[in-house]
Formats: sequence, C-alpha cells, structure tokens
Amino acid sequence: MEQKVILIIIGMSLVTYLPRMLPMVLLSKVKLPPLFLKWLQFIPVAVLSALLAPAILAPQDELSIGLDNNAFIASIPCFFVAIRTKNLFLTIVVGILAMFLLQNL
Amino acid sequence: MNDNFVIGIKKSVPVVLGYTPIGLAFGILANQQGLSIFEIFLMSFMVYAGASQFIATAMIASGVNAASIIFTVFLVNLRHMLMSASLSPYLKKVPSVVQAIISFGLTDETYAVDITYTKEHAPSASFFMGLHTVCYAAWVISTVVGGMLGNLIPDPTRWGMDYALSAMFIALLCMHIKDKRDILVAVCSAAFSLFITATVGGSWNVIIATVLAATIGVSTELWSKKLSLSSSE
Repeated sequence: MEQKVILIIIGMSLVTYLPRMLPMVLLSKVKLPPLFLKWLQFIPVAVLSALLAPAILAPQDELSIGLDNNAFIASIPCFFVAIRTKNLFLTIVVGILAMFLLQNL
Repeated sequence: MNDNFVIGIKKSVPVVLGYTPIGLAFGILANQQGLSIFEIFLMSFMVYAGASQFIATAMIASGVNAASIIFTVFLVNLRHMLMSASLSPYLKKVPSVVQAIISFGLTDETYAVDITYTKEHAPSASFFMGLHTVCYAAWVISTVVGGMLGNLIPDPTRWGMDYALSAMFIALLCMHIKDKRDILVAVCSAAFSLFITATVGGSWNVIIATVLAATIGVSTELWSKKLSLSSSE
C-alpha cells in the first residue's frame, strides 16, 4: 500500500470534515443577528436548486436541454408528480421508472 | 430504541437507493485506476464524500501531487459549510460532541433530508444519527463491494437507480418552496449554478450560487418591507 495515498486520504478527511463540523458547532453556541438568520432560512431552497440544476440540465457540465438528455426528460414527470402530490416516495419511483425506460428502450 | 432514530433509518431509503449504484461505480473505477480494496475502504470510511472521491481518485491516478489534491477536495467540500450553518439554529440544545458526530455524516443528500424533516418536526439528534449511520454504511459497503467485484458487474448506473437522488432533490425542493420569493431564490440559484458549471466548471457552483441566491432572497424581503412601511406612513 502506498504511503502517499494514505497521506492524501488523511488530508482529504480533514478538509472534508472541518467545513461540515465547524459551522454547526460554533454557530449554534452564539446568538445570531436576525438578518443572518433570515439569510440562513433561504439556504435550503438555494442549495437544493443549485445542486439539482446542473445534475438535470448540464449532466456533462454543458447546458443540455434536449431529447438526448435523459436526466432532463425524466425530471419533467418528476416535477409534475412532486408539485401535484408533494410525495417523496412517488416522485422517486416515477424518476427511476422514467430513467429506466429512457436508458433501456 | 428511540423512535426518531428509527424514523431516521426509514427516511434513508431514497439516499441508500441512490448511493448504492454510485458507490459501486466508484469502487469499480477506483479499482481500475489502481487503488487497492483497503485504500478504497479507507477513503470511503474517512472522507465519505462522493464527488471528492471521484475527483481525488482521478488525480491520484494521473500522478498529481498530494497538496493539489487535498486543496481541490477542500474547495469542492466548502459548500457543506452553508448546510452545516443552516442546521445550526435548530441544534442549539444538542451537545457539541453529538453535533461533532452528526456533522461527519453531513452530505448533500443527507442535508436535504435533514433540513426537510427538521423544519417540519422538532429537531432531533437521534433522527440525524439514524439517517446518517445507514447512509454512511451504504456508501462504505457499496464502494468496497464495487472495488472487489471490479469488472465482473456491468455498469451499475445503467438501471437508472442513481437517478433516485435527482428525483429526491426535485421532491424536497418542491416541499421547501412556500411562496413566490422561494421560487425567485430557486430560479436564481439554478441559473447561477448552471452558469458557473458551464464556464468555470463544477466545484464552485453550489457555494457561489447559494450565497448569491440567498442574498437576493433577503434583499427582496427587506425591500418589500421598506415599501410597505413607507406606504403605511
């Protein structure tokens, strides 16, 4: 086993863990200004949207809105079901089914 | 056993469904690129970050120096600071040691489930523990199994199961959108994220898009408050 790889893994674990841990542990100890709390309230919507958009609209890091982008096509019935039912499980079933059909037909 | 712990385990299903094919794919790829089974295990066990592990493995294979690899992983994972910060107001009563354990399991996917549950129910450390433990186990196991099977199994992502994660984000995003301002924030964030991904590539996109979009959200709220104050005078 290569020592360099082990060293890299240890370094990776530190730079991954600290951004996950520090804000939660430190910020929960202090009283945050109301404006900052308001700002934090928008984080979930913003994060989810920022994560999702490239996954379905630019799977190869280039904007792709067309019939050749399966992730984009599959997201259409998912959005429809999600907005209509607000049901997580149903949305996932529809998504997997749509993707399976698109990839294997 | 604690009820919330069990609920956490139940809510892990979509994440596990998505992590399994991606974890298998990572194990297969890492094995092809020269990582041993033990190294694959160690990386998943200690780092536990999908995108970073794919990037780091490719960089290790092409002989990039350790400092550059670690710095790249740092940049890719900075976005978790925002998620960690957004959970902090709900976890004031949770002891620091427990927070330190919970936060190890904070990924894009577990965060999405965490924040949705936390906003709808009383915050519960047990819920986080249940959810995070199962998702973590699914990731470690699937990557190691992928590494062991190597080329014996066909492309694990071809069944469309990894799409469970995108579908989950769609459903959770729709649940978080309560008013027009949320829609504005979501659309802005998506547009910034796409723009950054297409121009500079995908390691800064989430953190920059989120910061900008959340700031737009707060600004429009302050602005409309000012308008209503001045019109009532």
